[in-house]
Amino acid sequence: MKRKITMAILIIVCTFLQCGVFQWLRIASIKPNPLLIITVSFGLMRGRKSGMLTGFFAGLCCDLFSFSTVGFYALIYMWIGYLAGHFYRIFYDDDIKTPLLLVFVADLIYGTVCYIFTFLLRGRIDFFFYLGRIIIPEALYTIILTILTYRLLYHLNQSLSKEC
Amino acid sequence: MKRKNSDKQTDRVWLILLSILCTALIAVSFLKESAFSPVKKATGIFIAPVQKGINGLGSWLSGFTVNFSDAASLREENAALQEKVDTLTAENSQLVLEKEELSRLRQLLELGEQYSDYEKVGARVISKDSGNWFNRFTIDKGSNDGIKVDANVIAGGGLVGIVTEVGPHWAIVRSIIDDNSNVSAMVATTSDTCIIAGNLQLIDEGTLSLVKLTDENSKVHVGDKVVTSNISEKYLPGILIGYICELSNDANNLTKSGQITPVVDFRHLQEVLVILELKDYVASPEDANEKDQVVNDLNEGQKHDDDGEDETEDSNILTAPRSE
Repeated sequence: MKRKITMAILIIVCTFLQCGVFQWLRIASIKPNPLLIITVSFGLMRGRKSGMLTGFFAGLCCDLFSFSTVGFYALIYMWIGYLAGHFYRIFYDDDIKTPLLLVFVADLIYGTVCYIFTFLLRGRIDFFFYLGRIIIPEALYTIILTILTYRLLYHLNQSLSKEC
Repeated sequence: MKRKNSDKQTDRVWLILLSILCTALIAVSFLKESAFSPVKKATGIFIAPVQKGINGLGSWLSGFTVNFSDAASLREENAALQEKVDTLTAENSQLVLEKEELSRLRQLLELGEQYSDYEKVGARVISKDSGNWFNRFTIDKGSNDGIKVDANVIAGGGLVGIVTEVGPHWAIVRSIIDDNSNVSAMVATTSDTCIIAGNLQLIDEGTLSLVKLTDENSKVHVGDKVVTSNISEKYLPGILIGYICELSNDANNLTKSGQITPVVDFRHLQEVLVILELKDYVASPEDANEKDQVVNDLNEGQKHDDDGEDETEDSNILTAPRSE
């Protein structure tokens, strides 16, 4: 129960960060993606189901709090969480390279899927422009944020696991 | 081992069920746009004040890093002055337009007032879109302040965008640089119509693309002023958008396209003015009848309908390239 409440708060805080505070921290009008960080981190640290549910609720928050089609981000984040959950087997306590790599790849996938559904389908075919201008910068910025926050998430997960 | 497999199975079932749920949600929100507006309104009521607070903190922090001394008082003064400048610039551009309009049409006499003094309400930008792909933002005023969907939003004397969703204390604005935005516009000097389309690829250059400009006599030049057109369905006429900075012939040799530089600084947008009047309300019955007349002259076979408003909307579709 405590875990659920903590996760709910974490997701809501991250949504606020993503929609609000981070617009002040934009670099070249790109902001990082904290919801993706928690989705991937919890997928990695706790397995498929956890990643999937975290992703689903993170995406749903994103949908409701922002202005897109409801369900779109929920679907993307959920699949990303589920896929990240497959790496649960190779999760080691002190390893930070795996989460960084996973977040990077996940953000690339996220960006590409967003591009395909919101831009390519409207005939904006210059994929490499969008890749270089938005997808890769966002992924890089997000892994920088992961370096800073992964320890916190890890300890949060540890303390929640102890109490259960 | 068996247990592990069954775990995997339940995970898959969950994944498939949730995927179906998401797809259903997407389908519903596509088919019936208003289906989620109560939910969004509810979340909006909850988040708008929080975001306002967070935003206040954010702007305080960013202001803190820029100015160390006297920051608060200077910013306050600056905000007040900026608001005044914005209103004056808007007023001024309207006056200039009015003057052009007047001199051109004085010869014709008997002209109804076209650029009326719109009632506006000031609002603060409190949050931006969650991703990096679109340029939509939320403002801290909503239907309780008289804002409706399709209300035009201006700042710094130029067009910022249009309200797409509205709640009691918040509204979502899609800016004209958003990749999905199309504005029916015209060149102020020649009244040639065109469409101003937002384009993510041009955002870094600080320009917007201009397409479908009909300029048979080649009288439009770089540097000309572009304003919202009088045949737009949703935008009030004569709001300044920007200045043409590039122009070339299309392959079909009938229309031209190019780029314009907007007057609004979209990167540092903090306060905006929302025009409370909607386009429909501006068109007086006389105007609507006049437009009816024009349309009927153009399409003599068309059935005449006395219902002014409906016909006006149709006439827009007939005479203008389809856009908002």
